Amino acid sequence: MTTPVKDPKAPVQKPREGLLKRLTRHQLFIPLAALALLVLFNLIADPSFFMVTMKENSLGNPVLSGNIISVLDNASELVILAIGMTLVTASSGGQDISVGAAMAIAGSVILRLVCGGQVSADTMAMPLILAVLAGVVVSALFGAFNGALVAYFKIQPMVATLILFTAGRSIAAWINNNQLPIMNDLSFKYAGTFLPGIPVPTPIFITAAVILFFWLALKFTNLGLYTQSVGINASSSRLNGLDPKLIKLLTYVILGVCVAIAGFVRVSRSGSINYSRIAENIEMDAILAVALGGNALGGGKFNIYGSIVGAYVIQFLTTTLYKYEVPSTALPAYKAVVVILLVVLSAPVVQEKLANLKRAPVKAAKEVS
Amino acid sequence: MQEGAVLEMRGICKEFPGVRALHNVDFTLREGEIHALMGENGAGKSTLIKVLTGVHPKDGGEVHIKGIEGPAVIRSPQDAQNAGISTVYQEITLCPNLTVAENMYIGRTKGMGANWKAMNDGAGKILTSLGIPASPKQQLGSCSIAVQQMVAIARAVDMECKVLILDEPTSSLDEQEVVKLFGLMRDLKAKGVGIIFVTHFLEQVYEVCDRITVLRDGQLVGEYVIEDLPRVQLVSKMLGKELDDMADIKGETGGTAVSLEGDPVLEATGLCSNAGIKPFDFSIRKGEVTGFTGLLGSGRSECVRAIFGADHVTGGNVKMDGKAVKIRKPLDAMKKGIGYLPEDRKGDGIVGDLSVRENIILALQVMKGFFRPFSRAQAEAFADEYIKLLEIKTASSDTPIKSLSGGNQQKCILARWLLTDPKYLILDEPTRGIDIGTKIEIQKLVLKLAAEGKSVTFISSEIDEMLRTCSRLIVMRDRKAVGELNGEDLTQTKIMATIAGGDKE
Amino acid sequence: MAKELTVDKQGRIRERAAMSDTNLLLTITVVVFFLLYLSAVVFLGGGFTKPQNFLNILNNNASLIVLACGMSLVMITGGIDISVGAVTCLVCMTSAVNLEQQGGSIFTVILIGLGIGLAFGVIQGFLVAYLGIQPFIISLAGMFFAKGMTTIVSKEPVRVTSEGFLAVKDTRIIVPGLGANNKLGQYVPAYVEIGVIVALLVVIALFCLLRWTKLGRAFYAVGGNSQSANMLGINVRRTKFLAHVLCSLLAGVGGILYFLHVGSGDVANGAGDEMNAIASSIIGGTLLTGGVGNVAGTFFGVLSLNTIKRIVSSLGFDEAWWSNITVAAMLCLFLVIQSVVLLRKNKK
Repeated sequence: MTTPVKDPKAPVQKPREGLLKRLTRHQLFIPLAALALLVLFNLIADPSFFMVTMKENSLGNPVLSGNIISVLDNASELVILAIGMTLVTASSGGQDISVGAAMAIAGSVILRLVCGGQVSADTMAMPLILAVLAGVVVSALFGAFNGALVAYFKIQPMVATLILFTAGRSIAAWINNNQLPIMNDLSFKYAGTFLPGIPVPTPIFITAAVILFFWLALKFTNLGLYTQSVGINASSSRLNGLDPKLIKLLTYVILGVCVAIAGFVRVSRSGSINYSRIAENIEMDAILAVALGGNALGGGKFNIYGSIVGAYVIQFLTTTLYKYEVPSTALPAYKAVVVILLVVLSAPVVQEKLANLKRAPVKAAKEVS
Repeated sequence: MQEGAVLEMRGICKEFPGVRALHNVDFTLREGEIHALMGENGAGKSTLIKVLTGVHPKDGGEVHIKGIEGPAVIRSPQDAQNAGISTVYQEITLCPNLTVAENMYIGRTKGMGANWKAMNDGAGKILTSLGIPASPKQQLGSCSIAVQQMVAIARAVDMECKVLILDEPTSSLDEQEVVKLFGLMRDLKAKGVGIIFVTHFLEQVYEVCDRITVLRDGQLVGEYVIEDLPRVQLVSKMLGKELDDMADIKGETGGTAVSLEGDPVLEATGLCSNAGIKPFDFSIRKGEVTGFTGLLGSGRSECVRAIFGADHVTGGNVKMDGKAVKIRKPLDAMKKGIGYLPEDRKGDGIVGDLSVRENIILALQVMKGFFRPFSRAQAEAFADEYIKLLEIKTASSDTPIKSLSGGNQQKCILARWLLTDPKYLILDEPTRGIDIGTKIEIQKLVLKLAAEGKSVTFISSEIDEMLRTCSRLIVMRDRKAVGELNGEDLTQTKIMATIAGGDKE
Repeated sequence: MAKELTVDKQGRIRERAAMSDTNLLLTITVVVFFLLYLSAVVFLGGGFTKPQNFLNILNNNASLIVLACGMSLVMITGGIDISVGAVTCLVCMTSAVNLEQQGGSIFTVILIGLGIGLAFGVIQGFLVAYLGIQPFIISLAGMFFAKGMTTIVSKEPVRVTSEGFLAVKDTRIIVPGLGANNKLGQYVPAYVEIGVIVALLVVIALFCLLRWTKLGRAFYAVGGNSQSANMLGINVRRTKFLAHVLCSLLAGVGGILYFLHVGSGDVANGAGDEMNAIASSIIGGTLLTGGVGNVAGTFFGVLSLNTIKRIVSSLGFDEAWWSNITVAAMLCLFLVIQSVVLLRKNKK
């Protein structure tokens, strides 16, 4: 008798999973569940949190106002950064901690150009679009610098970006000779506040445009496949004709562009800049958004929509904490606790233990029967 | 425990996600015995050893060690050391940034301090007595790989151990060093140490070993006294097939009847790369299957990597279809119609977390370009076609490739290259570490591709696989092409003689 | 003649190959420092010629020396801890509040410093070593937690007026023979603060720990190749855990020294010191990839970093931002040097 050749290494067939289990396995489950939890908390604690009213802003225009609008508005920079951060994380298995400092540089460049080197200007010295383009170019160059250190000199991303993290705000100050230029032209603030006659804050539109752009880019190019492939196995990607170094560099340049857009939104909110405070600690939030979105911080597979939802969750949490009068300076302590809980829960060791806990009663029941 | 046994393993089981690596394996080691642990790649030898040394926790079974009451608890390599088991692993498991002496003593001295003088003196004595050309104060990383391996062996034998495990220690050693090692093993055996010896070289087994335990596909095949098991039988036990079965393949497909006329598809002269191979010439015709053979580290992989542009090419000319071409990076080669299945499936082949579908279309997609992704439907069609064609066992084309078995992963990589419809396909060890059924399928596929008019280069550590598939063999030794065999010369003995060198007539 | 030269050349090459990475990088650092200082003395003169100027580098950076040494320990095991600056700040603020509002003494300050350091070390070390979480993420969270806690302790700067404390703070240890005459012709003896003595003791203790204890060598082994270290019988997790505990504990000590130097609690205390500590370690020859480094190098790294800061400011670039840009530039330079050296070595 001969038995047919059986492959003992064939994957063990898994029983079909229940709907609930598949749902909880989905990558977006954690950020959406966190969002739902926050919404629920606010609904119970104070339903007025969700009220949206029409108010007159300082210019006398009727605009929408309320916590929800403020979450959507204030999360803009974070969402834009989180998208770029997701790509960088996926390709290089590390995070860029210089995004806050780089935002200061981009903002500083834009302000310097529109103010024409003056401390306070009432009209723009050059067309806004050119100034923003210049900001984008400078920021992309700094992104390329980070990317080159990571890809070509093989320095761990967090350490490579430490350089710009240390120097960035000082460079921003140096660009404007340590003056704090103020742009009084109202049209400069359109991007950060409201367009005339439109009651919805402009940053919401800008963010939507960026999200749309990346949706299209992921659909109509191989950005997703290449980035993931390089992040998972650079050596194998190279043998399939990809240039892992170039792709890593590219993701850092893309993040640089995102940083410039975020920096532009941030400076056009107030028309001025404070080098040491602008976008302070935003790198932490951006990394948190990526992690919260269910993306492995070690790189590889990614889902930018997870990071986007993650970013809104963080802003939601921040706004909620503000509402309950947690001082802004103490905020990092609370967020740090959330980060630690999150990474601990997602640590493989803990996951395994949790899985064992779940499995143990099932096993015991089987043994009895 | 049995009389005279120093180590007994009973009913050892170990499962990795989706793979049953060991199933109910028994193993007994007696005092003063050299015991060979044999099996093909992926048979479970290394897993068994890693379970024994506490690197992997076992899922079931018991380990008994002489002098320890009841089942021994070994949860970490430290536990194993304390229980009297010392190990030399296949890969060098020393710290390159420490000195030679430290590497010999770290993790096994008593007290809090690090006594440099005692370490250097002790290490110096052992190094001299074993004739290892290294200074105790030298940083380990500055030694050659062979010396590093000898240091690892020196560390292991210097420990007062009951059990010594040598997991393929000879692959980086030259002949004299192997002789030295065998002398050492016999001395230890005389002192009553039990030695487990894992190797690929059958000659070495028959030279020093007393007993053989054979594993196959994670299961115990049997334990034999060496005199009772001739080589041919050992091989057939390892493979799980009678040798006659294997001879069938060539018969089925009618062999590689290739006309040796016609222009070469690819012709390389004086090719060399920064991976340290001597310049070599190579050419292949349409419908021809060639092979590179030689011992581990002889440079056969480096040759094909140079052809594909995987290593930095430092010199030489390549012509394809008679026209000179420049191949600087893999993409150049791919565009010229060359495909390359790399030797290290896990490290260079699969992209683990990506799905089977994405892995299959990857190469073709890269050739098509960044701005022209395949539609989902198109990609699925490609993947389904090849999953069916190559009988890839996967739940769906969406399954991450890393959850497939080795053989099925290899088929996906093959599918990746077949999808690009190459003129010339290089397969570097496509059959390593996969089950025998898939091995045969792959060999058949190679012959089929050749019959369809594609050129194939096939590399395998198993010479009979190459004999079955190749019509021409290039023999490598010391990173240099030393001979080319075809036709009548393609016999096991002739190949072995060429590998060994011209001095043996 | 020519023959002798080749022999000489070969001999030198061989010697260099035998030198370990750690010693090679240490030598580079020491040479760089002396060249820097010497060129400052020769070309800039002025303050650089006075011994007190040099001692002031020590006085101002006693805390940083301790922080950087702790950082080197973690970096040698292949980790990183960016919470040290914020821990310093938290220790300062808590100590100041304790002295001013709760009637504490120098002893309670020491207890606070060590206690906070130990708490951060144990938690961070546990998460990194036993749960296998990336040290950067954990210590980033630790940094933000410490920053937030500092403002919860007190948002306003707290100036210490306790006399017992001020007496310790202002204690000057005279270094004989290095004094100089001031403009009025009076002899002013050269001095160091107590903190410098503590810092030097820490450097020496850690140097001994790394060189002559099993734990110290285990740090190197784990950083060199943690899998191999495990196979060689080293308890990798415990080693990593201890490295983080030591680093945070030293951050606590650094906090005490910082507090002794400035005598006040302020949310800006120790700002950016984690970066200075990392930069000093890297300049001092500690490799980010782990396994290579030396606290003696780190000590010279701190000195080099501050010497170059002084040089930059005495060249007329005294705006605040130049200091950060200088640190970043030094960091970048040394990172690239290390990377190139490593890549070359790996190719061989």
